[in-house]
Amino acid sequence: MATTVDVNGRTLNVNSPPDTPLLWVLRDELGLTGTKYGCGVAQCGACTVLADGQPIRSCQMPISALGTAKITTIESLGGEHPLQQAWVKLDVPQCGYCQSGQIMSACALLATNPKPDDAAITAAMDGNICRCGAYQRIRAAIKDAASTPAPAAPAATTAA
Amino acid sequence: MNKPMTSIVAAPSRRDVLAVGATLAGSSLLVGCSLPEVLSAGSKVEVGAFGPFLKFATDGTVTVVSKHIEFGQGNHAGLAAIAAEELDADWTKVKVEQAPANAKLYGNTIMGGTQGTGGSSAIANSWTQLRTAGAAARAMFVSAAATKWGVPAGEITVTNGVIAHASGKQAGFGELVADAAKVAPPEAPKLKDPKTFTLIGTDRVRRKDSAAKSNGTARYTQDVRLPDMLVAMVAHPPKFGGKVKSFDATEAKKVAGVTAVYELPTGVAVVANSTWAAKQGRDALKVEWDDSKAEQRSSAQILATFKDLASGKTPAPDDKKSGWKAFDSKGDAAKASAGTAVVEVAYDFPYLAHATMEPMNCVAIVGNGPTKLIFGSQHPTLDQINTEGIVMSLPGAIQIETVFAGGSFGRRANFQSDYVTECVRIAKKVGKGRPVKLVWAREDDMRAGYYRPLTHHAVRVTTDAEGYPATWRHRIVTQSIMKGAPPGSPGGGGVDATAVEGAQGSPYLKVTPVVDAQVITPDAGVPVLWWRSVGATHTAYVMEHTIDQLAKAAGKDPVDYRRTLYAKAGAGRHLAVLNLAAEKAGWATPAPDGWTRGVAVHESFGSVVAQVAEVKIVDGAPKVGRVVTAIDCGTAISPDQIAAQMEGGTCYGLSGAMFGEVTMTGGVVDQQNFDTYRVLRNSEAPTVETYIVPSTNPPSGVGEPGTPVIGPAVANALLAITGKPTLSQPFVKA
Repeated sequence: MATTVDVNGRTLNVNSPPDTPLLWVLRDELGLTGTKYGCGVAQCGACTVLADGQPIRSCQMPISALGTAKITTIESLGGEHPLQQAWVKLDVPQCGYCQSGQIMSACALLATNPKPDDAAITAAMDGNICRCGAYQRIRAAIKDAASTPAPAAPAATTAA
Repeated sequence: MNKPMTSIVAAPSRRDVLAVGATLAGSSLLVGCSLPEVLSAGSKVEVGAFGPFLKFATDGTVTVVSKHIEFGQGNHAGLAAIAAEELDADWTKVKVEQAPANAKLYGNTIMGGTQGTGGSSAIANSWTQLRTAGAAARAMFVSAAATKWGVPAGEITVTNGVIAHASGKQAGFGELVADAAKVAPPEAPKLKDPKTFTLIGTDRVRRKDSAAKSNGTARYTQDVRLPDMLVAMVAHPPKFGGKVKSFDATEAKKVAGVTAVYELPTGVAVVANSTWAAKQGRDALKVEWDDSKAEQRSSAQILATFKDLASGKTPAPDDKKSGWKAFDSKGDAAKASAGTAVVEVAYDFPYLAHATMEPMNCVAIVGNGPTKLIFGSQHPTLDQINTEGIVMSLPGAIQIETVFAGGSFGRRANFQSDYVTECVRIAKKVGKGRPVKLVWAREDDMRAGYYRPLTHHAVRVTTDAEGYPATWRHRIVTQSIMKGAPPGSPGGGGVDATAVEGAQGSPYLKVTPVVDAQVITPDAGVPVLWWRSVGATHTAYVMEHTIDQLAKAAGKDPVDYRRTLYAKAGAGRHLAVLNLAAEKAGWATPAPDGWTRGVAVHESFGSVVAQVAEVKIVDGAPKVGRVVTAIDCGTAISPDQIAAQMEGGTCYGLSGAMFGEVTMTGGVVDQQNFDTYRVLRNSEAPTVETYIVPSTNPPSGVGEPGTPVIGPAVANALLAITGKPTLSQPFVKA
């Protein structure tokens, strides 16, 4: 009962039952553990990935509902993405557990709004909880990344 | 969590069971000197030539071994910098590695030598230890170079990782490591004069884990994947103290991937070959619970009993153990209940969940060899002791690999090792050395207790002719955190410092002629625990908000009012942070249009923090903008990480004060997830500026002291706006 998913530029057959949320397919079956479990009910944003460029909560997305959506996870950004560079430059992470989700939400924001103001940033980022309270550095890092040359689209690298 | 926390007070008894004793903050530690050795019995951890804290590779890499877990507080950067400073290492070549569990090698010097992280103590208790380790290793390299080059050791310099002599000879640590390892370590290595520090206190001291935490590769318990690993989830009783009466696993076992169902003391476990299967199976269980010994009361009922005790409506037990206990009291107590009170108020604080981003979890391997745990262990010694009785092992033989934890805020260290022992029991049933990962859903985590205790304060203050406190009557009713410590703990019958710290020792009580301060800690069936900044989560609020009400009644500026009291109390550090924060915030000038300032100051974990918060009311709720913070934390190791902790601590404290509340109805926790347990989000997070008071004192805590000050600073701004005190948290009710 294989389901086909398109993750980070690769088309893959996965064996998890079709009702399995994408989060657990990424983590348990594909070994892409950068995407985190935080709440399971689309409240915290730790599981955020992109589906055709749009941020989605993978904990609430059964793989059967993905259709042909192209999924992008933190692993595909490669580590040198302007957002990741800004995250390191400003030492944004504390415990770090929410940061994959934060970066993916920020990635979607910059794709549609390359120079977001404060209101646009908090509007786009309010679905991502950070219990360490790294919020002001997240805001600063998004601005920092936005001030660097536009990033290329996330590389379709293989991470599975 | 609390500072000096745990000591081992009983000698090994039958089957090496050890009693863990808890000592209160500041009280003496009753530690047998051989106990860390007893605790590490069976350990196979080996130490290299440069001691337990340093390793050198031939490629020039210097590895600093951290005995403390990194769960966000930035201690790995600070710990590495302390050793690197004395080594004169090249900071870019310094790495950090997490120590294994071994109390003898890696004990916390202010936790009675047990291995644990908490009480904002990581840097403070490692300061001399890591300086000494770094200086000793540096001397070994210098000695090796002197021998090899045939020059006097006194003529050799070490700068940024380069060992050099005026003759032109030079080498890195990597080139000399084999020779240096043969040199006997000096017994009393000379430490640097802090005036000559080149790394400590600079902005070069930055986190070492930011890249891994920005690219998805940082490894947390949740991410541990091992061959043949099973995943377990547990159905827990809905009420605290509930037990399994009976269960039907028929439907659970039909879920594809479920391999076994076990009854545990804490519920019913479903074991499966994937997380989703474990969850499906767990949710399909039919369990009947025995609530005969469970806490059945609602949180409102528990609070009502607390209020009745404070008001005297319910008489307290008339015995030293469970009755009222005095702290900081002096003078004729009757006077504190007489005269005209200028301020007479009562405050209520709810239960609070830590709600770490990564819910509690653990990986355990039992059978076919030593027991091994892989998880974010905040207190490896407690976890070893709580595990050894289940697997019948020497505590030191239980191996713990500590990985990053997705937050803790105190939750991952408790006297029962609740989620750890649950995992170990499941892994023991699975047996054969097969790894088991216990995963708690958010709902399991939220409803598991170990909350910041529900707390009630009643305060009555009379003033002198100038408007300063003349008498202060204070009653605190809260559950005791330290009561959760196993029997045999010292301090039994005394005041639980975690219940009063911050009121106890307050400069305001110090300068008040008559103080009648008492605490009582009634039992409730809800497990409670230290929550980032512990007692200060409520005492700082009560003291600081009361002071602003007194200043208002006296017609005095709240900053000036505090200055007078601090001067009288000889509280120079309080005065310094207050003045710095007031200056940087522009206290003497009007606040920006539409904003109102509030101030608060509090000492915790050896550090003093002052904050000035700019607040306005938007749609009936407080909105916090700019927050100016001043801290005296002794020697500042990493200014940037101190700022990060002030930013994060402020958000954590504000989240609790604004929105945090766990309630129970008929003993069942009402909140399940972030949709019902509201936490601070990005648009609600203030912008925090941090200023550090220069100091040559040894470093003190930064992880917790930023948390308790924002609540009263905001309440004091609200007092200025509305004229009314805010007497219960959260400010915004669900």
